[in-house]
Amino acid sequence: MSSATETPDYNYEIVRKFTLATLFWGVIGLTAGLFIALQMVFPDLNIEPYLSFGRLRPVHTSAVIFAFGGNALFATSYYVVQRTCGVRLYSDKISNFTFWGYQAFIVMAALGYVLGVNQSKEYAEPEWYADLWLTGVWVAYLYVYMMTIINRKVSHLYVANWFYLAFIITVAILHLGNGLALPVSLMGAKSYSAYAGVQSAMIQWWYGHNAVGFFLTAGFLGMMYYFVPKQANRPIYSYRLSIVHFWSLIFIYMWAGPHHLHYTALPDWAQTLGMTFSIMLWMPSWGGMINGVMTLSGAWQKLRDDPVLQFMIIALAFYGMSTFEGPLMSIRAVNALSHYTEWTIGHVHSGALGWVGFITYGAMYHLVPKLWGRERMYSTKLISMHLWIATLGIVLYIAALWPAGINQGLMWREYNDMGFLVNSIIEVVVAMKPYYMIRVLGGLLYLSGALIMAYNVWKTIRGDVNEKEFAAEQQGVAA
Amino acid sequence: MSDDKNKEIDQLSGVETTGHEWDGLKELNNPLPRWWVWVFLVTIVWAGWYFVAYPAWPTLSGHTEGSKGYTQFNELRESQDEIRERQQAYLERFNKASFKEILNDRELYAFAMAGGASAFKDNCATCHGTGAAGGKGYPNLIDDDWLWGGKLDDIHQTLQYGIRADNYDTRLSQMPSFGKDKLLTREEIETVTDYVLSLSGAEQTETFEAGHEIFQKNCASCHGEDGKGKHEFGAPNLADAIWLYGGKRADVFETIYVARAGMMPAWGPRLDEPTIRQLTVYLHQLGGGESDEVQAELIDEEAPLPDAGQYNDAPLEAPEYENPEKTVTPAEEEDAASAE
Repeated sequence: MSSATETPDYNYEIVRKFTLATLFWGVIGLTAGLFIALQMVFPDLNIEPYLSFGRLRPVHTSAVIFAFGGNALFATSYYVVQRTCGVRLYSDKISNFTFWGYQAFIVMAALGYVLGVNQSKEYAEPEWYADLWLTGVWVAYLYVYMMTIINRKVSHLYVANWFYLAFIITVAILHLGNGLALPVSLMGAKSYSAYAGVQSAMIQWWYGHNAVGFFLTAGFLGMMYYFVPKQANRPIYSYRLSIVHFWSLIFIYMWAGPHHLHYTALPDWAQTLGMTFSIMLWMPSWGGMINGVMTLSGAWQKLRDDPVLQFMIIALAFYGMSTFEGPLMSIRAVNALSHYTEWTIGHVHSGALGWVGFITYGAMYHLVPKLWGRERMYSTKLISMHLWIATLGIVLYIAALWPAGINQGLMWREYNDMGFLVNSIIEVVVAMKPYYMIRVLGGLLYLSGALIMAYNVWKTIRGDVNEKEFAAEQQGVAA
Repeated sequence: MSDDKNKEIDQLSGVETTGHEWDGLKELNNPLPRWWVWVFLVTIVWAGWYFVAYPAWPTLSGHTEGSKGYTQFNELRESQDEIRERQQAYLERFNKASFKEILNDRELYAFAMAGGASAFKDNCATCHGTGAAGGKGYPNLIDDDWLWGGKLDDIHQTLQYGIRADNYDTRLSQMPSFGKDKLLTREEIETVTDYVLSLSGAEQTETFEAGHEIFQKNCASCHGEDGKGKHEFGAPNLADAIWLYGGKRADVFETIYVARAGMMPAWGPRLDEPTIRQLTVYLHQLGGGESDEVQAELIDEEAPLPDAGQYNDAPLEAPEYENPEKTVTPAEEEDAASAE
């Protein structure tokens, strides 16, 4: 197809809604995270029963993963699928339903958590009624997405869409598989899982690990594959690499879940498969990083002045770090030390804050001016400020929790020369306090960055342009 | 649409594109990076080796065993054996030694203290605190005030069978609820409360004499005429200003009114005998062990000290007794007590 004769009438309204929801839930989720981090240092902040750590922890994780991350995926996938298929998003009505339906799911889930309604499956906490509702919304999402692709005006499907599609379909399968449960009554919130014992654990971590793999990796790689080449204005580095790493990634990821259950009742053979497939997953994961970073080859100078591109490249660096660290931690001997410690939390946050957060911020800074028809963001300086404050926040966070976790693991397993356990649990808890304090500081910085972004976006939507910056730039051009 | 027609050479990199285009996005036709392919292959080969060496694939009748004979249970057993061996170096001698011999053998003493400290943190600190200083309702174990006796054998007995626990040999006693069960009037309890407080130095009130009379009739049989308590009933010393349930007037009043009966589980069924003996030595040494037939002899200062790691900064010395010259037998002690 040659250059478009006319620009299709894209549905930006739905993308705008999801974009605002992303920013809103982002601030909520990060605030919840900061609060529970504070609870770890000051246990008196556990306000029983509604605001206790146990109830707020899923509020934090669900808000950042499903509310912030989920809305970002909705926003960007709806934007990308329209623009790369050259056709308006299928059905305004159904896509609008996915927006309000998804927000309703988030509210339903969060209300359940604070009221103590929770099926106790990590990252799948909502009870059966919210699960059923989400299933309806997700089918609608898949339908809108598929129909848009079917109606496309180009013959090939751009790589970003493969990843988005893999994310939507796999999350549906995971959600249905892990969520199977029998409600006690139709009027009550409580249900019993279809699985019990070690089977329940295995299904849960098949779900949990692939939620990381397909929600937080494949989905956001879809985002990366559109916004990085767009922002850099360069072709994607290697078509072949994108094919090979896509198929190897989605094939191998599915097997890796058992590495969450090393040294448990799960049979040795299943642990072995989880571990070996995690090791084989290393290069398929890195394929996305290589393709993203190398897209800048020949145009590295763009990285110097463009904080949006800087966001994306730092995101890819954190992606590379955490997808190397993951296979490392899946090795039985390493896991024996790292499992159940703060190291895991550090690992997750280098992926969540660094990769998921930063690639989303990059995409949002690219999107917002386009969606609201502005020349540019209100202030480029504020984008830069967001970037460096948030980066410092991540560095503090993970630099505290890595040594914290290693320290914790070593203290737990320490025996003295006479063969006696050296530390009690409470002594290890006390040793963690300084690290927890640094984490609070890191989280505070990261949240501050998000607030700066919210301000910048609000000014942009209002149509303001930072006069001083603009004047300085004009002068620079004139000179 | 034919892609080949649209293929072009990218100016910056000199690499051909695939000819596809979406929303202005193109793809370069770069090959897979060599190093990427090689590392990927190495991880696959490594996984193949791992499948052969370790239990890996399910079969109809079970799973492949792997050439190394690995199971997580074997791994656990091996590392537990290694730890057990470290204890074994001392354990045989420790089990044969009497408390006296333990206290006079640098190595065994250090071993007992290390084991006691470790077991204490794991089992006792929940109630008695990591520093063993106790709290309201949970006795302080670092002072020399004992409810059921602070000699090594007393402590061993208490640990073994517990206090008001579920066995025939447990330490058992029950103070009457003087107020709740209407054994004394409220006024009488007020009076005896003031009397009890005066035993540990509070100013005597004008009802002192009346209080004394009530005390002798109702309390002295367990707490002694002088209020100094009796170990055989677990009756606390009321004259030492140490209070398990608080020493304010209202606290003491409440204690007499409703009575108290704390409980401690029997550790005999939960911990093995060597651990209970280690705990006995550890608790005895914490600060308040009462003198016993055991007498500390000069321990060999030259002997190399085994590294026991950290254990609550307890000094590596035999306990000091107030009167190391004189050995007081339990019988003598009782005589002395009754003489008072």
